[in-house]
Amino acid sequence: MNRDATACILREAAHARTGDKGDVCNIGLVAWDAGLYPLLVEQVTPDAVAAHFRHRPRAVRRYLLPRLAAMNLVMEQALDGGVNRALNLDAHGKSLAFLLLSMPIEVPAALRHLLRRPQGGLPNPFHVPHARSPS
Amino acid sequence: MAFDFDRESAVPLRVGCGAGFAGDRLDAALPVVRTLIDAGGPACLIYETLAERTLALAQLRRRADAAEGCDPRLERFLQPVLGLCLAHGIPIVGNFGAANPRGAARRILALAAALGLPAPRVAVVEGDDLSGDAFAALRGIPLDGPVPDAQPVSANVYLGAQPIAQALGAGAQVVVTGRVADPALVLGPAVAHFGWPLDDWDRLARGTMAGHLLECGAQVTGGYFADPGCKDVPGLADAGFPIVELDAEGHCVVGKADRSGGVVDARTVTEQLLYEIHDPADYRTPDVVADISEATVEAVGPDRVAVRGVRGRPRPATLKANVCYEGGWLAEGEISYAGPGAEGRARLAAEVLARRLPGHALRFDLIGRASLFADDAGRMLAGLPSDAGAQDIRLRVAAADAERARAQAVLDEVTALYTCGPAGGGGVRTHLTPRLETLSGLVPRERVAPRWAWASPAGEARA
Repeated sequence: MNRDATACILREAAHARTGDKGDVCNIGLVAWDAGLYPLLVEQVTPDAVAAHFRHRPRAVRRYLLPRLAAMNLVMEQALDGGVNRALNLDAHGKSLAFLLLSMPIEVPAALRHLLRRPQGGLPNPFHVPHARSPS
Repeated sequence: MAFDFDRESAVPLRVGCGAGFAGDRLDAALPVVRTLIDAGGPACLIYETLAERTLALAQLRRRADAAEGCDPRLERFLQPVLGLCLAHGIPIVGNFGAANPRGAARRILALAAALGLPAPRVAVVEGDDLSGDAFAALRGIPLDGPVPDAQPVSANVYLGAQPIAQALGAGAQVVVTGRVADPALVLGPAVAHFGWPLDDWDRLARGTMAGHLLECGAQVTGGYFADPGCKDVPGLADAGFPIVELDAEGHCVVGKADRSGGVVDARTVTEQLLYEIHDPADYRTPDVVADISEATVEAVGPDRVAVRGVRGRPRPATLKANVCYEGGWLAEGEISYAGPGAEGRARLAAEVLARRLPGHALRFDLIGRASLFADDAGRMLAGLPSDAGAQDIRLRVAAADAERARAQAVLDEVTALYTCGPAGGGGVRTHLTPRLETLSGLVPRERVAPRWAWASPAGEARA
């Protein structure tokens, strides 16, 4: 690894959304900042994505959308036959954008300020409105 | 006040979304309609409630009862807004007709009567259902997978915007469709309103992408987007549903219902623009081939995002049809283990199931350790180190089977784990679900006859 580079996961450089049609999964991946887009083009290659999704038989195609600082990753035969055939709880593969966002990348020091590190704590909706004190 | 879709106009058109899928929020449409009324110009409201499987399930209901087969929540979707839309000249276009558009039209007329409203002019769009004459329209059409040795449950072709536009142009106040391309729900009103020729490919492509952005409801206004700490969405619990404003060139601005939660920004719109797209230069619909490879997305105000640069090419020569077959049964069973040794006990339970069910292809998940990202063949699970010692694991087993009894046998073994399995197993749940198999093929246009008709005396009186 380049000594000046920071190792992080893709979630800090981009956001993503999964769609499905039959056995084909597509993930739209969008750079947080246009300045990070060349880095995504360089590191989120079809081969790198295929390796990251190695548990799913796949052919990965990549379509670049520079005006949107985005790319569309299309994975064939990625959904165990698709929503009508798969045994997965998530037969649509809705969650797979977050498998992609867990992919490791390296970010040069000069781009580090563009990364989006998660801010703040987690939501806490689990109040106990009528808690009784022990008597 | 009321705007006539039977006169072409260059005034911008607003199209609001009342639902983006069959299970969508019932209270989403009213704030959208109020916003459309306050804005004052020509407007339309759409409902997209017909996913691939939804239509096949509707066809099965219609087989059991000829009066059934449209959206079971139809009245609940429309009741809050029907009177307002009729009073303010906002046509409603929805694919909630599913397998029975005429049945849906009758229910809408009954709803209007029950609400004390004058009978609306209701039109139905037909021609998508290819089941007639024993599926003759499909003869010789190759499908994209092995064809089961049985009659299909349903076969429906994706229709385009034209019959919707024609019905609106004739003065329809409600247009009920079965299978149409989802974006056609927006393109139809736009064609009726602006009078675009059906070979004006750039404008058709722009209207199509506006429909693409609108048809999944809250997915463009902050739904399916929030990731706390990274992508925060204000007021997600009350996310407003989207409204697109189209100009006469087809360029659109995406916004949402006034005084609602959620967010529309360049990020939500970009994610949704790419949703379920394959080649961005080749997005095929019945109306046009859209090219978004040079499209731009730009915030032009709070919760307002402009989409430009969409181009179009001539529509495909064929129409896509989905053909559904009965697909056997899906068995899913779960049991949980917690505390010290939980993962070991969950793994042992899986081993017991595998021993008890030889000849069944079982998928296992260790929920809490690996589930959604894993594959049916079990490659990911097999590669996990087994000594991680997770202390709250839900074992899930799933199997598909053509025979109901064999699928049920899997579930019976899960239930038996209570007393015969590892220590401390709790919370057994089992589910047996009938499945549908969907194949698709491309049908020449000449085999398909898209058409619309009045379903109400009020419409016929006007015609």
